[in-house]
Amino acid sequence: MAEESKGVHWYTETDADGIVWLHLDKADSTTNVLSAEVLGELRDLLGEIESRTPRGLVIVSDKPNGFIAGADISEFTRFTDTGDARRAIRAGQGIMDRIESLPFPTVAMIHGFCLGGGLELALACRYRVAEDEPGTRLGLPEVLLGIHPGFGGTVRTVRTVGAPAGMDLMLSGRTLSARAARRVGLIDHAAPRRHLRTAARSLILNPPAVQRPPWSARAAGHALLRPWLARYLRRKVAAKVPKEHYPAPYALIELWERHAGEPRRMIEAEADSAARLLLTRTASNLVRVFFLRERLKAAGRVDGHDPRHVHVVGGGIMGGDIAAWCALQGLRVTVQETDRDNLGRAVARAHELYRKRLKRRRLIQAAMDRLIPDLRGDGAAHADVVIEAIFEDVEAKSALFRDLVPRMKPDALLATNTSGIPLETLAQTLEAPERLVGLHFFNPVAKMLLVEVVSGPRTAPEVTARAAAFAHRIDRLPLPVKSAPGFLINRILMPYLLEAVTLESEGVPGAWIDRAAVRFGMPMGPIELADTVGLDVCLSVAGILAERLGGEVPERLRELVAAGRLGRKSGRGFYEYPKGKPVKPQPDKARTPPGDLTDRLILPMLDEAVACLRERIVEDPDLVDAGMVFATGFAPFRGGPIEYIREQGVDALIRRLQRLEQTHGARFAPDPGWSALEP
Amino acid sequence: MTQREREGYPGRAVYVVDGNRAPFLKVRNRPGPFAAADLAVAAGRPLLARQPFEPPELDEVILGCVMPSADEANIGRIAALRLGCGLRVPGWTVQRNCASGMQSLDCAARGIAEGRSDLILAGGVEVMSRAPVLLSDAMVAWLGAWRGARGIGRRAQALARLRPRHFRVIIGLLRGLTDPVVGLSMGQTAENLAYRFGITREAMDRFALESHRRLAEARDTGRLAGEVEPIFDTRGRCYDADDGVRRDTDLDKLARLRPVFDRPFGNVTAGNSAQITDGATWLLLASEDAVRRHRLPVLGRIVDCHWAALDPAQMGLGPVHAGTPLLERHGLALQDIDYWEINEAFAAQVLACLAAWEDADYCRTELGLKDALGPLDPARINVDGGAVALGHPVGATGARLVLHVLRVLEREGARRGIATLCIGGGQGGAMLVERDAE
Repeated sequence: MAEESKGVHWYTETDADGIVWLHLDKADSTTNVLSAEVLGELRDLLGEIESRTPRGLVIVSDKPNGFIAGADISEFTRFTDTGDARRAIRAGQGIMDRIESLPFPTVAMIHGFCLGGGLELALACRYRVAEDEPGTRLGLPEVLLGIHPGFGGTVRTVRTVGAPAGMDLMLSGRTLSARAARRVGLIDHAAPRRHLRTAARSLILNPPAVQRPPWSARAAGHALLRPWLARYLRRKVAAKVPKEHYPAPYALIELWERHAGEPRRMIEAEADSAARLLLTRTASNLVRVFFLRERLKAAGRVDGHDPRHVHVVGGGIMGGDIAAWCALQGLRVTVQETDRDNLGRAVARAHELYRKRLKRRRLIQAAMDRLIPDLRGDGAAHADVVIEAIFEDVEAKSALFRDLVPRMKPDALLATNTSGIPLETLAQTLEAPERLVGLHFFNPVAKMLLVEVVSGPRTAPEVTARAAAFAHRIDRLPLPVKSAPGFLINRILMPYLLEAVTLESEGVPGAWIDRAAVRFGMPMGPIELADTVGLDVCLSVAGILAERLGGEVPERLRELVAAGRLGRKSGRGFYEYPKGKPVKPQPDKARTPPGDLTDRLILPMLDEAVACLRERIVEDPDLVDAGMVFATGFAPFRGGPIEYIREQGVDALIRRLQRLEQTHGARFAPDPGWSALEP
Repeated sequence: MTQREREGYPGRAVYVVDGNRAPFLKVRNRPGPFAAADLAVAAGRPLLARQPFEPPELDEVILGCVMPSADEANIGRIAALRLGCGLRVPGWTVQRNCASGMQSLDCAARGIAEGRSDLILAGGVEVMSRAPVLLSDAMVAWLGAWRGARGIGRRAQALARLRPRHFRVIIGLLRGLTDPVVGLSMGQTAENLAYRFGITREAMDRFALESHRRLAEARDTGRLAGEVEPIFDTRGRCYDADDGVRRDTDLDKLARLRPVFDRPFGNVTAGNSAQITDGATWLLLASEDAVRRHRLPVLGRIVDCHWAALDPAQMGLGPVHAGTPLLERHGLALQDIDYWEINEAFAAQVLACLAAWEDADYCRTELGLKDALGPLDPARINVDGGAVALGHPVGATGARLVLHVLRVLEREGARRGIATLCIGGGQGGAMLVERDAE
């Protein structure tokens, strides 16, 4: 038996066939990431292993959750200049090159997550095998953090799967199952767990030719065709994100277009490009958003509560979709609804969702079996979590609770999906008001990551924690908020929507308003958003907010609702929706949009965010940012409203608000909370 | 509650605590919206949802089914798993043709009486709309040869051997409804009985009309509520009622129908036969321990069950042959039974059963009695209609009859009921149930 090596994070085992199994088990962590330390130790070990001249090398993770999740993102923030960043990247590239040039067969044996730098390491191996289980995900999501692969991944991905598939993988940042990875040629075998080791060994004992992309994919990367493909890719990216906000995908396309023919040059250029991107504001904000997400997830990681049955009362759009989502996440769900048509529509929508998400017949069937239409509300007695999602009426909800609570298990969680009624009002009629918590979902439930976990003044902290844990269990991000009109998200969004309506009624074309917001980085313009949410819903929420917080509801909104123009759902709102898509009348070319258009839209939102912070609707500024990014898609590359305030400077923004106040009225008066912000 | 009858299941008392069925959906010449397992799950979910226990607390699941589809082998276990019973609840499937749903109850009742189980979900399901359409043996042989043929030449040879007769398909449902031993279709066995007991076309049609009238009335007055829960398909359509009932039919219309089995002289028509239907029924059976432990309501008791066999060509008289010994064993006369559910496989067949019991000669020679057993009051039989109006999903019917007779006893404050049916292949089954007097 050869001498084994043992480090802090890595160790080797040599089997009877002379194959070295190199295990990564990052110390003090449940997840393997390629931190500087982990990479350093790997560099040293590779020399030792090479000197042993083994039959082959298999790299494997000891963590149950996966292979390697990528680089250590927390180290991204430590670089202050491109030189530093470039040096670190070059060092990483050197290690990958070293693996690639080992004179014996190498295999990455993958299970669970194999992302970013982890996949780059796997691609440096001669072969890859991955466990064919649902948990296996392979991908290069760097672009979602504002960068692109930097450890030779841009070169090796394209070399392994060809330019069309490889560029798509890196540009979209999407992840692949083991089977899909096998189909595109990213791995050599997708094998069930029981055969994974055998698959890895067989690749070393009988090494086949290295995988190459099919000739058609190789042809697409030929120098003559490259400019065409690059142009096509740029157009595709441009349809999604603009270059000034998201430079990474454009940099990646350029890198490939210019250097694809010369791998050595391309690796160096990759380091230059990745180092430049790493120091952009976009990357630092996207990394910030990444950590905000981790923070919200952590808030939901509470042990000792494992719900199995969810009872949703109300089978309308929200209730039905919440129920469908919970069943998709593996919970048994009863949907209580007396209207059969509503219930039928909820079932049909769920089936659509499952068809899209699960694809496989048996999985769809299992999810449908978990979703139980419940005309009489029998499920309440079995539920660990009960979510009320009926129409917004205090009397109706109170009556429902009176019927529901005695039938519930004593320790079941009681949640309301109300978006407007204060929790304390609803809790009044309860015998145990500390039991009620808000779980405020956003529409469409399957797309919106965030759930506001609302605590009233009497809600027990333990109940809030369990509600957050539940949100985490169903793969949503829990944001703890205080019960106050509009909670956090609707409250911040409303001044922006209302100002957009005011602008529209002043004669500014909707297309201009929407374009200004999208250019700022919102996923959808406010006029279109209002139409999508439903103008009646906007009016009711605006009414509630105006009543409690002051302010005015624009007359235009009332007129449209009175005329039955409710937005997308009624086919007409601000825009017409002949085929479900808005028709935005193109404004007269001779006119130009008002100069303060973007400020008038965005600044009220910032001001309200400051007000929420002053009233401590959420605990700290980061949570405001997290909420707005994950619930509304507020320009992630700007890091959230508060981060944007920091970037722009508090004083400058106050001055801009005051200018708007002088020209457009008191609604722009800066909130007193601004003075408490760090300048 | 524990007092035992003179005879019956040896051992512990067997309680029925609840039951539910899916609406019975008439087959409309295409595969129905639900596969058999789907229908069993759809009928079982609301039943389990209203119980105070969780599905994994069941001891076993037993399902009767005559023709599960090719991917529904041991459909009882499939139903158990899909109903959320977890990995550890055994599930099995029983088959006794038209009585499969009653056979599952008999098996469950024995399991409880013997003390092997305390809580059993038992029932029946049939999706006749998805009965298989089969390839001929010639075609299967050809396909085998085709698969073995290598190279273009061999394949061309194989293709050349293909004839139109290869494409003739076998309708599985028709084969299933034909007796494999005597070669008569079920309808022809009913024609036999009509001939033997002189049952006229008009009597059959009157009986059929009454079945529709009774079912429509039962539905309109809400008598089926609590027995039938609405179900939803994946497209969101809600099915909330048995859709075979014809409110618009009358004797004239029924009289105009042509015979379907013995053409052109027969009397058994589509109108006076059971409909071809998809359906599922579940009952929840419990021991006294389980009743007490989970505080379950008691709907009634399954007291006894009897199976009998007779000439397959006379299979419609099965209820007479199964019901008579059951009555005798408990010292009961026909009129001691408050309500009867006699499955309406064919109007002629039910009428023949009544005639046989009144026929001293038949009772003496076939049943070994001294005299005729006597008349049975039609007002006590199938009070809410039967399979002529409701349909006869073969695997499910037996369980439906038992569930319904218990509901009728509950509603009428009555004590004793019998559910009985004839079974293709020449058998009969009868189950005696009781409620404690109120």
